[in-house]
Amino acid sequence: MKLLASLLLCLFVSVAWAAEGDTPKLDIGKGGQCVRDPQWMRKNHMHLLVHQRDETVRKGNRIEQDGLKNCVECHASLSDNSVIARDDSFCVGCHRYAAVKIDCFECHASKRRTALVMKDGK
Amino acid sequence: MSDLNTQRRQFLKTSLGAAAVAIAPGMLLFDTAHGKAEAGSSKVRWGMLIDTAQCQDGCNDCVTACNKENGLSGGTSATDSQWIRKIDLKDIRSGRALSLPMMCQHCEEPPCVDVCPTAASFKRADGIVLVDRHRCIGCRYCMMACPYKARSFVHEPLQDQKPDVPRGKGTVESCTLCVHRLDKGQQTTACAEACKNKAILFGNLNDENSEIAQKIRSVASVQVRADLQLNPGIRYQGL
Repeated sequence: MKLLASLLLCLFVSVAWAAEGDTPKLDIGKGGQCVRDPQWMRKNHMHLLVHQRDETVRKGNRIEQDGLKNCVECHASLSDNSVIARDDSFCVGCHRYAAVKIDCFECHASKRRTALVMKDGK
Repeated sequence: MSDLNTQRRQFLKTSLGAAAVAIAPGMLLFDTAHGKAEAGSSKVRWGMLIDTAQCQDGCNDCVTACNKENGLSGGTSATDSQWIRKIDLKDIRSGRALSLPMMCQHCEEPPCVDVCPTAASFKRADGIVLVDRHRCIGCRYCMMACPYKARSFVHEPLQDQKPDVPRGKGTVESCTLCVHRLDKGQQTTACAEACKNKAILFGNLNDENSEIAQKIRSVASVQVRADLQLNPGIRYQGL
């Protein structure tokens, strides 16, 4: 019985340690929750984005909240206003960890809109 | 037996009624929540009337405004994107000279949409012809099919695009009639707004009372290459 308990303990500790050590540390910008809870978003944000992109492009049905612009607005880093500029930027951090290529920002703006407006004004 | 039938009928009627009462508000709320957009509505047909008499030779304000609005470089080489260009025409016999802006004519029967192999080129319900850059493979058939040479191909990687106007290397693009403005409820395009002489009149062709529909009824205007029967949304006055 004792043996089993110690085995289990080892297992849990190692799993917890691995999880702690490996998960990417992200610069979440302003953060906060506006669409769904974080765990749901981690798993499903791509489906929301693809759905919303087709609604927007094809039907002109722009729901600000679900759009990419809105994601960037909150999650761009507070220091450089970008979601892809550094290794720990909000989008790049996780996508690199999961080895999923992200090509949204070859066309879409990766910087916070308010930062760009200020730049234009100058 | 007949009593049973009546009861059964009564039961069916009641349950149908109850179902209708239960579902109707949901449907209404669904419509409200998903905002049946005025934006993509087929009741609207966006168009322009360009008065060539008011368009000044040498003035480039519409082009500059378009470049600024959409984040274009402003270059005019073969590999630069030009969504709107100024064209100078001269009738050799009479010597009459004209200057006019030329851009995507937003045809009702767009040849670019016909030839697109991936259905990236498409026409919105409100008559705006667009490229869905998510599907565009950059084959440029649409550029060959367009009789107005209105489309451009992005040859180089781009940085710092406008948040409202995503653009990227390897895709075709053209005038969007400032669709990002229209979807927000604005009623004008960057070029029409920038024109000092009000040579560009933008509006809803389907609305009888709109300024553009009234003017089209009262003055003579033509579509460029009307012989192709594409029914463009852009019309020219005094051409």
